[in-house]
Amino acid sequence: MTNPTPIRTMMIDTADLKRTFKTRTGAVEAVAGVDLHVNAGEIFGFLGPNGAGKTTTLRMLATLITPTAGDATVAGADLRREPALVRQRIGYVPQGGSTDPAETGRGELVLQGRLYGMNAADAKTRAAEVLDKLDLVSAADRPTGTYSGGMRRRLDVGLGIVHRPQVLFLDEPTTGLDPQARARMWDEIKRLREQGTTVFLTTHYLEEADALADRLAIIDHGKIVAEGTSSQLKQKVAGDVVTIGVDGAGANVLTLVEAMPFVREASHDAESGLIRLYVDRGETAVPHLLRSLDAAGYEPTSISLNKPSLDDVFLRQTGRSLREEAA
Amino acid sequence: MTAVPAAPAASTPTATIERTPRMRTARDTWLIFRRSLMLTIRQPTWIVIGIMYPVIYLVLFGPLLDGAIKQAGAGVSAYNWFVPGLLIQVALFGTAFGGFGLIAELRYGVVERMRVTPMSRAAMLLGRSLRDVVILLFQALLMIVLAIPFGLHIDIVGVAVTMGLLALLGLVVAPLSYAAALILKSEDAFAPLVQSLVMPLLLLSGILLPMALAPEWLRFLSNLNPLTHATDAARALFNSDWGNPEIAIGVAITSILAVIAVWIAARTFSRANA
Repeated sequence: MTNPTPIRTMMIDTADLKRTFKTRTGAVEAVAGVDLHVNAGEIFGFLGPNGAGKTTTLRMLATLITPTAGDATVAGADLRREPALVRQRIGYVPQGGSTDPAETGRGELVLQGRLYGMNAADAKTRAAEVLDKLDLVSAADRPTGTYSGGMRRRLDVGLGIVHRPQVLFLDEPTTGLDPQARARMWDEIKRLREQGTTVFLTTHYLEEADALADRLAIIDHGKIVAEGTSSQLKQKVAGDVVTIGVDGAGANVLTLVEAMPFVREASHDAESGLIRLYVDRGETAVPHLLRSLDAAGYEPTSISLNKPSLDDVFLRQTGRSLREEAA
Repeated sequence: MTAVPAAPAASTPTATIERTPRMRTARDTWLIFRRSLMLTIRQPTWIVIGIMYPVIYLVLFGPLLDGAIKQAGAGVSAYNWFVPGLLIQVALFGTAFGGFGLIAELRYGVVERMRVTPMSRAAMLLGRSLRDVVILLFQALLMIVLAIPFGLHIDIVGVAVTMGLLALLGLVVAPLSYAAALILKSEDAFAPLVQSLVMPLLLLSGILLPMALAPEWLRFLSNLNPLTHATDAARALFNSDWGNPEIAIGVAITSILAVIAVWIAARTFSRANA
């Protein structure tokens, strides 16, 4: 009875998706026109600070809230006209958990399978499979309230994949996890991709987007400000990043370095006292910089040379550091 | 880690039998009912608290009432007058606070997780409400058994019909409680709302003292209270007073309200952007 499904290259395709919330002080445009194109089989990272519109976008794509404007196709089904079909084909792992502390891991998985339409026997078999896959067998019959943070998060993912969805949405999958549990979650997510699941994840961790995502989009104030592979985005920043620590005289030093011909852009962060510059060739720029600072009578307390990170991409696009906002 | 067959991601997902929406609702209601009943039985604190309260009334207030009832000339023993009212109270209190459990589930993320599945929205409401009804009937039966040594006389048919009435009353209060919880989403807003509704309803229903003792204006307000009619119906049923029109009135009012309450709450569940 199964129709040969055409190979879809696009798993998520949105056109000018918008969502406005009414608040007491007026309408707030949480998502202000988002175009996303996610290919089948890739891990797509959706990066942005808290309140940028990540979760709202995700919740729209998962049929939890209806868009105010715009259209979207998710896993081949129209978000507006066929939400039931979208629900059947996607998995969604909400931020902040999805299990009842009094229910066992197995109990939750069996129920979830049944809610997706499986019969009791299939749901049981599938629950056992998922428990095994996520290494939760020994804890399967304990209430989830006794689980560690990492175990509970793995179970959340398990609940999202019980029905073998084509697309899995993960909202901040590693927030609040210790480094070990995070590394483990990353492995699980990569394994899902190997098995052909498209993964759409939001994160405000740059390392996470960098380590996991095949492609990513950066969202700020409800709009996409950059999209591409991690290295494509970094290339946009062009050149290297030099960070200089100066005590007190930050503003003066900034004026000095901005005047140098090889400095493309410079900024001063008053709080940390760090000056950040983008230069074409870091290894030749650093000796120059040191000599000039010395000649002008400034003594840098620190100097470092880095390849651009996604934080630099974010900083370039928005003028703010994602790292500070995430902290 | 054992190898697991790769998820056929690009193919049709797990076979789902096409069902009519009504069948789907019935099936999902059963699933949610069973789950929530199991979870309640695992942590029976609320059931115990729910039955403690009326038992305290029965033991500490009942004997006091005995004399008062005789004075008011209700013509029946205190317990045959008092216990039916207490059962209505159990139905009201046992279901009005059901929303607390839903708020906890909202916080755990359980509700959101289920809202992303293709399950029936109405089943989320009906499954939980029916769980409350079953627990309420259990509490009511326990209450009746406990009251027999105090001097309660039983009419089996009357008790059976009263159980039906209590179930209907549960289907009025529980859905409204869940709908309010879904909209308010916080205990801080939900608790005062329920308290401020439940207390006047209780005092105006004539559960604690006969409304015959009340001044005219209070009796008028009491007459507008649907609980008064449910209470009167339960009393008539317990005393085999089959000719009493209050039986039909109480059952009719409660049935109509149950239909309205389920309809309103089901709409809230299918719409809410929870």
